[in-house]
Amino acid sequence: MNKFGFAPAKSRVIEYDSMHNQLLDYIIANEPSFSTCMSCGSCTATCSAGNLTDFNIRRLNIQIRHGELDGIRQEIDKCMLCGKCLLVCPRGINTRNAIMIIKKGIVNLGIE
Amino acid sequence: MIDVLIIGGGIAGMEAACTLHDLGFETLILEKEKQLGGHLRNWDTLFPTKRKASEVLEHYVKEIQQRGITVYLNTDVTSVKKQEDGTFELNTGREVQFKTKTVLMTTGYALFNAERKEEYGYKIYDNVITSADLEKILQTAKGELRSPSGNSIQSVAFVHCVGSRDEKSGNHYCSNVCCVTGVKQAIKMRQLLPEAQVFNFYMDLRMYGSGFEEMYREAQEQWHVQFIRGRLSEVAETIDKRLQLKAEDTLSARPLRMHVDLLVLLVGMESNKAAADFAQSCNLACAPSRFVQPKDFHIESNKTNVEGLFTAGTAIAPLSVFDTVNHAKAAALSVSEYLKKNN
Amino acid sequence: MQKQPKSTQWSLYQKEIANDNYFYGRSCIRQNFFPASEKTFLKILREELGKTVLEDPNHTTCTGIGYHSDVVPFDTTQTVVARQFSLMTAMGLKNMALSCITSFGLYTEILDTWHHFPEQLAKIRELLYKATKREFELPENIAHASDVIYKFRNEIAQKAKYKLVNKETGEPLRVVEHIGCHYSKMFPQSGVGGAEFPQVLSGMVEAFGGEIVDYPERRHCCGFGFRNYLVQANRAYSISNTKKKFESMEPFKPDFIITNCPGCPMFLDRWQYAIAEMEGKTYDAQGKGIPVLTYEELAGMVLGYNPWDLGMQMHQIGVESLLDKIGVAYNPEDKYKDIHGNQLPVPECPASLRGKILDTKHK
Repeated sequence: MNKFGFAPAKSRVIEYDSMHNQLLDYIIANEPSFSTCMSCGSCTATCSAGNLTDFNIRRLNIQIRHGELDGIRQEIDKCMLCGKCLLVCPRGINTRNAIMIIKKGIVNLGIE
Repeated sequence: MIDVLIIGGGIAGMEAACTLHDLGFETLILEKEKQLGGHLRNWDTLFPTKRKASEVLEHYVKEIQQRGITVYLNTDVTSVKKQEDGTFELNTGREVQFKTKTVLMTTGYALFNAERKEEYGYKIYDNVITSADLEKILQTAKGELRSPSGNSIQSVAFVHCVGSRDEKSGNHYCSNVCCVTGVKQAIKMRQLLPEAQVFNFYMDLRMYGSGFEEMYREAQEQWHVQFIRGRLSEVAETIDKRLQLKAEDTLSARPLRMHVDLLVLLVGMESNKAAADFAQSCNLACAPSRFVQPKDFHIESNKTNVEGLFTAGTAIAPLSVFDTVNHAKAAALSVSEYLKKNN
Repeated sequence: MQKQPKSTQWSLYQKEIANDNYFYGRSCIRQNFFPASEKTFLKILREELGKTVLEDPNHTTCTGIGYHSDVVPFDTTQTVVARQFSLMTAMGLKNMALSCITSFGLYTEILDTWHHFPEQLAKIRELLYKATKREFELPENIAHASDVIYKFRNEIAQKAKYKLVNKETGEPLRVVEHIGCHYSKMFPQSGVGGAEFPQVLSGMVEAFGGEIVDYPERRHCCGFGFRNYLVQANRAYSISNTKKKFESMEPFKPDFIITNCPGCPMFLDRWQYAIAEMEGKTYDAQGKGIPVLTYEELAGMVLGYNPWDLGMQMHQIGVESLLDKIGVAYNPEDKYKDIHGNQLPVPECPASLRGKILDTKHK
């Protein structure tokens, strides 16, 4: 296979056209506040998991909005559901419920 | 009977009073404080020119005096009642009752009480102050600036959007002017404390006005102010009275911790209590932001739902000095049209 | 620059705490961790303050640990809590005093849920009736047991035999207070002083003569975090969070830590030993660790109860340094004796906590 010593590179472009927005629709239908995030990062700043792992709940929101769902199941398991993010969110997003909805959505929609 | 009774002797009230006087109307100002000027009296400099606020104030006070416009100081309006003939009766703490053909409400704003953001520790930790406190300090600053606890200042952080864009504070709106105030004050701190580092924690930098973006660039280029995109989540005090800050550096997607000697909270504007009192006494419509709701935001932004009751300046929304003065000038013309039509 | 006058914003969070006639709900785990604390609470209330506190042996877990670990569904939890309310109703009581912070938080959450979703309350009434034929009234007042001690802090201080003062220097002791996360972080208005600056323990410490240390990580979790600890693979989370707190409080040189949650004293106490074993680090000058007390132990100690009757021999970090600082009378010989006075085996002294953590063994 490796006859040439090189291969076409995998594109890093976020392909908006082929975006999987099934999960996003599911989350917004069940927790509408999810769509109001303005990426201020208060949640991540206060996150117990984010202090010790690369879990980043703010980035998770953006990734889901971009339909980037690879490895999302592993990512979501890092959340400890402590709810501190919920206390600081200036948009009043029910972040803890959003995480629970994402967990359900992954199962219901059969996302790996 | 007076033609126009102006409630609030800040820059909006004074600007409108001068214009209405020059248009030939009998004008009277009621001011609840013991001096004209409103919040501007406590402000050191104005963006984007960095001129002294006192220059602008002195200009307006002089204009009022030259025209001999009557001003009642220490006069707090308690109710505004519309009469059957379309005129108004105003009650104040004073014996005299005021009768007027029109009312112009230039009652301004209230500063957000930063104590409500408990996690930022205002009035709990010595070295947390507000942008308004800083302006007062700068008005009288002499010699080396030290922190309230008496330490020399090696680092300062500004927090944008304190009490604005914040559901937890009950304020969904943006206060418009804090972003540029933060940039202006950050530059000032670097000028006064050349050795100190200055950080601004922002969510979005809204440099909407003329000269604002240039000032932002100046802050980066000339004064090396460091802008960090992330909202502060909590503040705590260390054993040496410094402040520990926590935020996410959202652009590098990692939680951040830092210690500073002084923390400045850029407090936003809230609707004045006067708006609520008015709403009660004369059925004035207010927006969900609790500011006065103009009759038509684009075409009749000085009119309210009550005919003959006009408004100008920060009674309707957070506005800069530039926008306030223009809005007040427009209000004077709006009142003039009404008086000509109804006389 | 001018100093700001101190804020009294926290004082806006004041809750109603019942004066008498409590139904006491015990914790699942405290009797293992700090065995005499609940007994001390009952003794102080009944004997020192003359209050009526009743219990029911049929009282069970509230399922809080299972609920927060994702293994018990909310409907089940609500039904179990409804059953506790029915025990209270059957006794003719209307005031709850709960030993556990998580129970307290959960009860508050459930009552709030029922307030906003009355249909949920109707459903739970039905579920409970179907399962047990029991009915219940909602409590009129819910307090955490530390709220009750806080309410009577001045009465206790008047009867106190000791003050939280260093007997050598006459200086007030420096105390770190740690509030359980579920006390007021979910519902700030349900705790004395709210979520940011809760007063329930600091008020107690000040009434007893001590001084509160406000250190940067004061609000941070103790590290228990349920699944952080319950799943062994997650325990690095637990100890890392606890370590963060110790590092933050170390420069303040606290004399001891006081807590109001079942898990917090456990983890703040035991993890000091574990960190000492793992990294050879202790957070006090003498290498003995910082003693960690429950609020009942604190109240009992100032009232002059025998430390060994308070269960203080069960602590990993020896309390003797603290008792000596205050001048509390105790007999080192009795530390490991059972209630009949028989000598029990003496635990080994862990080598890596510098010096002699268990003073008695070396005396």
